Amino acid sequence: MLATLFSLSAALPASVSTDNSWINFDVTSLLQNFWPATFDGLTFGAIYALIALGYTLVYGVLNLINFAHSEVFIMGCYGVVFTLTSLGFGPNAPNLSIWAIIFNLILAMLVGMVFSVVTAFVVERVAYRPLRRRGASRLAFLITALGASFSIQYLIFLVRGSNAEPAVTMFIPTPIFQVFGAIIDSQQLTIVIAAIVMMVATDQYIRRTRVGRGIRAVAQDPDTATLMGVNKDRIIVTTFVIGGILAGAAALFYVMKVPSGVIYNGGFVLGIKAFAAAVLGGIGNVRGALLGGLLIGVIGNYGQLLLGDSQWTDVVAFIVLVLVLLIRPSGLLGQTLGRSRA
Amino acid sequence: MSEQTPVRTTRAVQLTESREALGGRKQFLGGWRRRWNRMARWQQWLFLIIVLAAVYYLPVANPWLITTEPGNDFPIACFQMAVYALVAVGLNVVVGFAGLLDLGYIAFFAIGSYTAAFFTSPDSSLIHIPYLWTLPLALGIAMLFGVALGLPTLRLRGDYLAIVTLGFGEIIRILATIIPAARGQVGFKEVGHPPGTASDGQPIFSVSNGVPWYWLAVTVIIVILLLVGNLERSRVGRAWIAIREDEDAAEIMGVPTFKFKLWAFAIGAGVGGLSGALFAGQVGFVNNQKFDVATSMLFVAAVVLGGSGNKVGAILGGAIVAYIPLRFTAIADYKYLIFGIILIVLMIFRPQGLVAAKAHLLTYSRLALDKVSEFRAARVASEQEKAAAAEAAKGVPNE
Repeated sequence: MLATLFSLSAALPASVSTDNSWINFDVTSLLQNFWPATFDGLTFGAIYALIALGYTLVYGVLNLINFAHSEVFIMGCYGVVFTLTSLGFGPNAPNLSIWAIIFNLILAMLVGMVFSVVTAFVVERVAYRPLRRRGASRLAFLITALGASFSIQYLIFLVRGSNAEPAVTMFIPTPIFQVFGAIIDSQQLTIVIAAIVMMVATDQYIRRTRVGRGIRAVAQDPDTATLMGVNKDRIIVTTFVIGGILAGAAALFYVMKVPSGVIYNGGFVLGIKAFAAAVLGGIGNVRGALLGGLLIGVIGNYGQLLLGDSQWTDVVAFIVLVLVLLIRPSGLLGQTLGRSRA
Repeated sequence: MSEQTPVRTTRAVQLTESREALGGRKQFLGGWRRRWNRMARWQQWLFLIIVLAAVYYLPVANPWLITTEPGNDFPIACFQMAVYALVAVGLNVVVGFAGLLDLGYIAFFAIGSYTAAFFTSPDSSLIHIPYLWTLPLALGIAMLFGVALGLPTLRLRGDYLAIVTLGFGEIIRILATIIPAARGQVGFKEVGHPPGTASDGQPIFSVSNGVPWYWLAVTVIIVILLLVGNLERSRVGRAWIAIREDEDAAEIMGVPTFKFKLWAFAIGAGVGGLSGALFAGQVGFVNNQKFDVATSMLFVAAVVLGGSGNKVGAILGGAIVAYIPLRFTAIADYKYLIFGIILIVLMIFRPQGLVAAKAHLLTYSRLALDKVSEFRAARVASEQEKAAAAEAAKGVPNE
């Protein structure tokens, strides 16, 4: 099921072997498609990075792996798909002027953001805030996060069923230019540039604004921050909301890239990969999330080419996570949210 | 008036202390534990034997109202409950005792199932061994995987373990799908079963007959409970509780936390593998479909619902989580939603679960418990006497 979600746009001959072998390496395929796979991986990586930011910010402030963030993201995807479907988009690309398409996409992104933000807000209010009030243990927080994640997943399952939403095509990717013989199309360019702009904006927001200073203060020391007049609860909600906004943006790009990938449990593995990206870059580190996301995207694509099945991307991402934890647990840029200075 | 106050306080202290010593704060099912602790040894044995007999008799009795028929065959439902209970007992070692959140426990269950399949199914090209030998083998192989996964991650903070195990659970399922030797959805047919033929020539342990499988599973649970119970009452168990309560403090007090966390993880993984092998034997067929991470969530829900850190609670939780979707087939589709919400609500209102973990004097016998509470009562009484004497001494000159 998830196999279809992560398949490369460049269709590769799937090396299905009938014998009882374990793992086949396909080095020629990797070398032949190296650059297309790199750029495609960067596109996926930009999406992972946007989701990873949500994990990283909440982890920085609450020291909690917010398992429900993958559902915050998938709710955004539903918002995007519903909007586009009601605007008349379907499996075939619409025949609209470029400005009309851009307007529609921004509208869809805003609706996706609203879906994500509302989900994140509700999770924080219903699940995490009562626990904070009671001073619950770390394990209790993690189990609650897990429970929230599954509750939302199967709530979606109840309403929308086990099938993926019908595909929505926003526009046909057109080639723009070539690098190392690999064609870069308008879709890849849109996703990567938009994602990087959003990441830079988030980074600057946290570094330069008053709220950003509050977030960093709470990440450093919640109690002292409270004594200094920071409203901790409000900062935590703000952090969830920022994560939700970024997840909503990621939702638009994800639907753009994988039109038929909106399914009730579609966020789950993506969430694990995004978290792996956050850890790879250094959890709590905003710039690390970008680096980690891009790396996970690219490495996953190489793994898929080398090993011959699209599901290997998930396995490779996971192995990368374990290796990073083994060699450099603090991540590549290894910095926490609290220590980053303006 | 004012002279009376210290006496009253000590009496209050005495009351609370003896209550704490005798089984924790006032709580749901707390009375049961107090009653249990007050029973004589022979009464406890008698009670246990009656409960065990009832447990063994359950699938044959097929009691009205409790039965899962006509929706699901009751003996097989009992077997599934027993497997879930065994899983919960194993996961309880990891989550309940050592306080490590393992979200990919299904992976070890899958490893156990595939071990049984690889070594007994005619579809596998590996050497074939009798089914009963695959049970210890599954335990050992799952333990090895547990160590391999625990070594890089257990040195880190607990939450990394949660995400790594979650990923591991998903990865094992994916590997079962994409590695040709694991046969994906085609799977392995005719997984072995224990020897023995009934009078009609059919094997005793057949796929359709749940009763012998249930008895086997319950026996395995009892053996595992004895082993785990002994560990719990030993130095190892005390180390686990110390790690769960405060890892840094435990490390400072000289507990080699990494070593004991790895042990907990490996033992938990081993029990998971064992239950997987049992399950594979009864179903007789193993493919990649049963091992999704959602089921892993059910396992965690079983431990948390029953009461993490309590063996009886874990068994109860496992049985409930397996039983509810089988009995109430109308809500079976919503089980993930129901148990997801139960997790959130439990963590807010009753984080200790149905049967709370013993908080006090875990490592001592009941006699020691009595002795300590007697000692406390005696000390409080002597303090009271002293206070009374002081009062009297104060009072005399006044008169």
